[in-house]
Amino acid sequence: MSTNDRRRFMTKVGALTGALLAVSMVSGMGSAFAEDFPTAKVNTTKLAVTDKTVKVGILHSATGTMAISETGSIQAEKLAIAQINEMGGVLGRKIEIIQEDGASDWPTFAEKSKKLLENDKVAAVFGCWTSASRKAALPVFEKDNGLLFYPTFYEGLEQSKNVFYTGQEATQQILAGLDWIAKEKKAKTFYLIGSDYIWPRTSMKIARKHIEQHLGGKVVGEEYIALGDTQFGSVINKIKLKKPDIIYAAVVGGSNVAWFKQLNAAGLNSSKQTMLTISVTEDEVLGIGGENLAGFYSAMKYFQTLKNPNNEKFVADFKKMWGPKAVIGDVTQAAYLGPWLWKAAVERAGSFDVDKAVVALPGYELKTAPEGYVKVDPNHHLWSKLRIGKWRADGQADVVYESELIKPDPFPKGYQ
Amino acid sequence: MKTLSDKLLGGKQGVLGLALLALLIMVILPLGLDIFRLNLVGKYLTYAFVALSLVLLWGNGGILSLGQGMFFGLGGYCMAMFLKLEASDPISTKIQTTPGIPDFMDWNQLTAIPWFWEPFKSLPLTILAILIVPTIFAYIIGFAMFKRRVGGVYFAIITQAIALILSILIVGQQGFTGGVNGITDLKTMLGWDIRTDSAKYILYYVNAILLFGCIFLSRYILTSKFGMLLLAMRDKEERVRFSGYDVSDFKIFTFCVAAMISAIGGAMFTLQVGFMSPSFVGIVPSIEMVIFAAVGGRMSLIGAVYGTLLVNYGKTVFSETYPELWLFLMGGLFIAVVMFFPDGLAGIYQKHARKIPFLKRWVAEEKQKQTDAHASHGKASTTLGAEA
Repeated sequence: MSTNDRRRFMTKVGALTGALLAVSMVSGMGSAFAEDFPTAKVNTTKLAVTDKTVKVGILHSATGTMAISETGSIQAEKLAIAQINEMGGVLGRKIEIIQEDGASDWPTFAEKSKKLLENDKVAAVFGCWTSASRKAALPVFEKDNGLLFYPTFYEGLEQSKNVFYTGQEATQQILAGLDWIAKEKKAKTFYLIGSDYIWPRTSMKIARKHIEQHLGGKVVGEEYIALGDTQFGSVINKIKLKKPDIIYAAVVGGSNVAWFKQLNAAGLNSSKQTMLTISVTEDEVLGIGGENLAGFYSAMKYFQTLKNPNNEKFVADFKKMWGPKAVIGDVTQAAYLGPWLWKAAVERAGSFDVDKAVVALPGYELKTAPEGYVKVDPNHHLWSKLRIGKWRADGQADVVYESELIKPDPFPKGYQ
Repeated sequence: MKTLSDKLLGGKQGVLGLALLALLIMVILPLGLDIFRLNLVGKYLTYAFVALSLVLLWGNGGILSLGQGMFFGLGGYCMAMFLKLEASDPISTKIQTTPGIPDFMDWNQLTAIPWFWEPFKSLPLTILAILIVPTIFAYIIGFAMFKRRVGGVYFAIITQAIALILSILIVGQQGFTGGVNGITDLKTMLGWDIRTDSAKYILYYVNAILLFGCIFLSRYILTSKFGMLLLAMRDKEERVRFSGYDVSDFKIFTFCVAAMISAIGGAMFTLQVGFMSPSFVGIVPSIEMVIFAAVGGRMSLIGAVYGTLLVNYGKTVFSETYPELWLFLMGGLFIAVVMFFPDGLAGIYQKHARKIPFLKRWVAEEKQKQTDAHASHGKASTTLGAEA
């Protein structure tokens, strides 16, 4: 197709100019480094790697209902790649981005994954957001032996050779948070509410087992709302009737805005009701409005207000690139880790080959992560801490609790 | 009396159109595109089944269904259920609590395959289900509506509501249906790996042949007396009813045929793309399919195929080139088509392509025939009118 021919042509022109430049340069840090890793050696599977460049894909929804959530991930990945390029790239090669739009449509994610892997031969893809989009794209990555870095916290129950999960799986987000709130608030009764799809349902299944078997508490209600639904009147009435100590919520997307506004309108603000959510990050607060949320809690691994040197630098760099008003949520931070982990994998393997990079990454410790220290587990998930943030009216959260490092456990025994 | 071949091919002009389309789909595209792009075209062509069904239903029957996605989805789900059962053998699902059942059932604490999944263990029953289930569903809807003389806008709204209900049902019953993720990770069909390049070529051609089969079927229906009645119903429903025809039966029949054609497309979609999800059942895909038909020209069977190809090609190209702007470009394209070419691509062809000298000569003879046909048709309708 003509656009691709053009793209291929451009690449050739780019490579040619690059080669000429390299010849004319007496010595350059980058090129000297790249010469230590001849392309024939570091790329035996015909990926889009030249002496000067390596191509990667970014595949998120830039349009459609998910765009509001996924834009942060796109920005974080672009920031990380720009920073890596500034440091000389990966194995001396500059990273070139091919961005595709998943358009909030799961089959499109599969189509675009195929395009990135089969047509563009990218060395890695940073992308997908919802579980549905990952599930749609996963068979493509497995068949074409691609490499995906997936940033969202999710339900677990998955472990693929071709995917690294930089967000938390369900137990990492749920167990420690419930432990904390049960102890802190001396809570006995819980009301579970979530959007109706796999992530909230799996999360609530784990939460219920933990509440009943380990906390000695009681679940007084469990409710699921269709995706995108904005009518919470009857749920709120039930909650008023049951008077739970804690509302444990996993409502996502546009429903979130209605949920918090209607709770407030019904008089259930944070002075009367304790709520812990696992689905609200700084990104969602923009839509919900801080005043509707003030005093409620979120369980995440990252908040923008985290105080450590890594995070201060990250927040400053992010705002420098994307404007002072940009906010950074949990997933945005996890997306930022993707390119850095891929760089580490390739450099540890000394090769862009997916098979080699995949085995080189487990065991790697990333000490410069904004969330602090993370470690890659052999099960392709990250060791990370859990934090509880208490929302302020200005849309930021105060971190009130921080757990120990938690081992990822995508197939938790006793919780299935 | 027209011969059968005349009916199927639609005279010289029809032969020309069909031959060009066949040349494009069977020869030019497979030779000119790599397998990745060809697989995409194959996916688009599965939508063309639905666009085709809308030409029959909407363009010629005047029945606008905004819920064709549900039949596409039903066909696709039937196929996906068969493939999923095959992919869920006890060995590859051994990490589950209950090995041997689809993974999403295991996540939702099901321990056995539900009864309505049982028939999908057999391929012949699955193929039968693909053809029959959507048709029965369409019959029930059609019977309930048309017998009560629900039509026009009300029918469109109700089909839309049913499509929405079905998609919510599928999302809600995720233990049985895979929920919003759909049925994913489909691998083989009777041991034949559907993900390989050679399988993609074969499926592409099977799909293309089925598509032409459906074009012939539709054309046969439209050129028969039945097709004439369909047109008459579209333009003057009361008059046809007063002439003693049971209008509702004809409408139900057309609706059922359209559902079956859509379902074949859905099943081929699942085979070529490797999964099925509720995002093909709801309102948005259903309306998109109407757009395909509108762009192609809602009266033209072949136009519907071109319309589908064009819109999807635009979608792919725009979204690859301008990941952040492409939806605006698509919107612009639709507005332009509706404003300047209300009869779609087929309309443009009718207006301009006929002026090309060699086509003109070729078709001139045909036109004469048509005028003759019109004359006798006109006579027929006068008699009809007289009877009324």
